[in-house]
Amino acid sequence: MLTKRIIPCLDIKDGRTVKGTNFVNLRDAGDPVELGAIYAEQGADELVFLDITATVDNRKTLIDLVRNVARHVNIPFTVGGGISSIDDVSALLNAGADKVSINSSAVRRPELINELALQFGSQCIIVAIDTRFVDGEHIVHTHGGRKPTELRTIAWAKEVEDRGAGEILLTSMDTDGTKAGFANELTATVSANSSIPIIASGGAGTMEHFTEVFTTGKADAGLAASIFHFKEIDIIELKQYLQQQGISVRL
Amino acid sequence: MKTVIIKYNAGNVQSVMYAMDRIGASYLWTDDEQEIRTADKVIFPGVGEASTAMSYLREKGLDKVIPSLTQPVLGTCVGMQLMCRHSEENHTTCMGIFDLDVKRFDSTNFKVPHVGWNNIYNLKTELTQGLREDSYMYFVHSYFAELSPYTVAECNYVQPFSAMLQKDNFYAAQFHTEISGKEGQLILENFLKL
Repeated sequence: MLTKRIIPCLDIKDGRTVKGTNFVNLRDAGDPVELGAIYAEQGADELVFLDITATVDNRKTLIDLVRNVARHVNIPFTVGGGISSIDDVSALLNAGADKVSINSSAVRRPELINELALQFGSQCIIVAIDTRFVDGEHIVHTHGGRKPTELRTIAWAKEVEDRGAGEILLTSMDTDGTKAGFANELTATVSANSSIPIIASGGAGTMEHFTEVFTTGKADAGLAASIFHFKEIDIIELKQYLQQQGISVRL
Repeated sequence: MKTVIIKYNAGNVQSVMYAMDRIGASYLWTDDEQEIRTADKVIFPGVGEASTAMSYLREKGLDKVIPSLTQPVLGTCVGMQLMCRHSEENHTTCMGIFDLDVKRFDSTNFKVPHVGWNNIYNLKTELTQGLREDSYMYFVHSYFAELSPYTVAECNYVQPFSAMLQKDNFYAAQFHTEISGKEGQLILENFLKL
């Protein structure tokens, strides 16, 4: 049976992980390669590396990092942040990334999704959607959720699928950082309306939250950052718990 | 031992090369017929679309070379599909090493593509030696090979389908051995040991 995926997300700045990590036995808490390998060892199903610097100077650092991760990590990983062209994607995939995630650039120029899907195949193109509830509507935001767009979240999700996205990474800016649970209702609506997998993000605080996002929220994967970095939730324990709840996971 | 990874327009095969590096195996990435024919092992990876890949293989004559190889050959993902008779993906005539058809998953009640980790079972090939039944592998695909006499591992999504095929010296896996954790790595190692 196809399992629900647990995906730790690592924020990268200048080739190093930011936000603290609370792992013991780490030689270097800021090393994304070492951290990624540990997550893989602990049963993470995929990894997402989000480059939050994304300036031109740092692209080379990022490419070196991707190459290093690919050498050492034997599970799929996605790279996101500042990707806006076929060349950007090509460089990341050639360095060994399995998928890329695009966000603002897709909002700016939706045709980019079609072009990337045609060039590289839908399977490696994730469209990230940051959404916030404003005046009774779910609105797509960019710039880390600060800047509202004209786009309605549910319609945009359908559009990115039609344009060739292989998966959607849906982050609720309303729940992100709250540790009060994922945006299950919205996630369920988006998931029911699409025939591609939905990765839910934003709000994970407890193991129950993952049960909810996979049942009520109908998500295909759950992504979180700090609860894994600070070891508030151990990935193996989480997966054992989910299995007890009748949710299919890879153990 | 000489292992060749067949070079063609099959998207990104960097992950396959890194997986080889991780197990300490050397390889040559080439589309040269002589190099391929003289290799001890041949890996035929693939990410991408069937018809484009097949036209490239035809252009290079590799569509004739690959089926005539006598050393162990391992095709993965689209590589496996191209080793079948025909693919529904853009109605592509493939190499026909495995006499069976590749079809698209019915998306009426399921999300397509099939993305993520799924268990493989009814394992009966040397390549899965040491793996337990129901080991998880990483899949990303919209098309599948039906169950057939060549099926040596099964998977179930929408319906049971071939996770692995074997006929004589030809082996194939629908999943990505190179990013399927330790279990995927074991399959690669078993192949290199043949």
